[in-house]
Amino acid sequence: MVLSAADKANVKAAFCKIGGQADEYGADALERMFVTYPQTKTYFPHFDLGKGSAQVKGHGKKVAAALVEAANHIDDIAGALSKLSDLHAQKLRVDPVNFKLLGQCFLVVVAARNPSLLTPEVHASLDKFLCAVGTVLTAKYR
Amino acid sequence: MVHWSAEEKQLIASVWAKVNVEQCGAEALARLLIVYPWTQRFFDNFGNLSSPTAIVGNPKVRAHGKKVLTSFGEAIKNLDNLKGTYSKLSELHCEKLHVDPENFRLLGDILVIVLAAHFTKDFTPACQATWQKLVGVVAHALAHKYH
Repeated sequence: MVLSAADKANVKAAFCKIGGQADEYGADALERMFVTYPQTKTYFPHFDLGKGSAQVKGHGKKVAAALVEAANHIDDIAGALSKLSDLHAQKLRVDPVNFKLLGQCFLVVVAARNPSLLTPEVHASLDKFLCAVGTVLTAKYR
Repeated sequence: MVHWSAEEKQLIASVWAKVNVEQCGAEALARLLIVYPWTQRFFDNFGNLSSPTAIVGNPKVRAHGKKVLTSFGEAIKNLDNLKGTYSKLSELHCEKLHVDPENFRLLGDILVIVLAAHFTKDFTPACQATWQKLVGVVAHALAHKYH
């Protein structure tokens, strides 16, 4: 799966429009993931996962920042997320299936908060981008 | 058998009451074919699927999307007997249509996104969770008679 020039343009433009709200999008996506796919909570036994949790907000900000970084270096996502990839492989070891779940929730957040942004073409590009990020983060698992 | 809480039934009913089945079904199917282009393999006789614009405007896509979502409405009327409701359709998708059940999961995820875009902030996390559960059990029921 390869990101075309059009995909890259769509993703960059989408994150441009999301702009400073990326933190909120990240937190919202995490909250939705914990509610929709409760098994994902098993990776956060040390977190308060209640509504409005400051820890979830903080973590959402981190997730969003990584997505923004990947979008800003979309020609070399593996390079941009290399350290995060190491972290997930060596320490976090989140099962690869969960990146799809978070990706789905992120798309739902974009749809709910900015429906006009999520045209079918942008939807396709963002979905591919999120898959690519998940692939990079699990690339060093074995 | 799947258990539905009163809250879940309410979230399903209240969303469904406001869904334009024709429009929503058409959009969901079009997005499936656009976002996951390999799903076009089942629709060789649908004519022009050469671009997102062609797919969105394709009358066969619109008609089939409506058909699919109308069937979904049957599921909602029969939440306590989804396997029974979808028994014949499951056999059809296996024996005649040869559709990999993974495609039902893909369509379900797309439907949730289409609903989110339609309902925006009213599509709360609880609402999303309920609808992801619903599309999941529908997909499971449709796959149940596979052999």
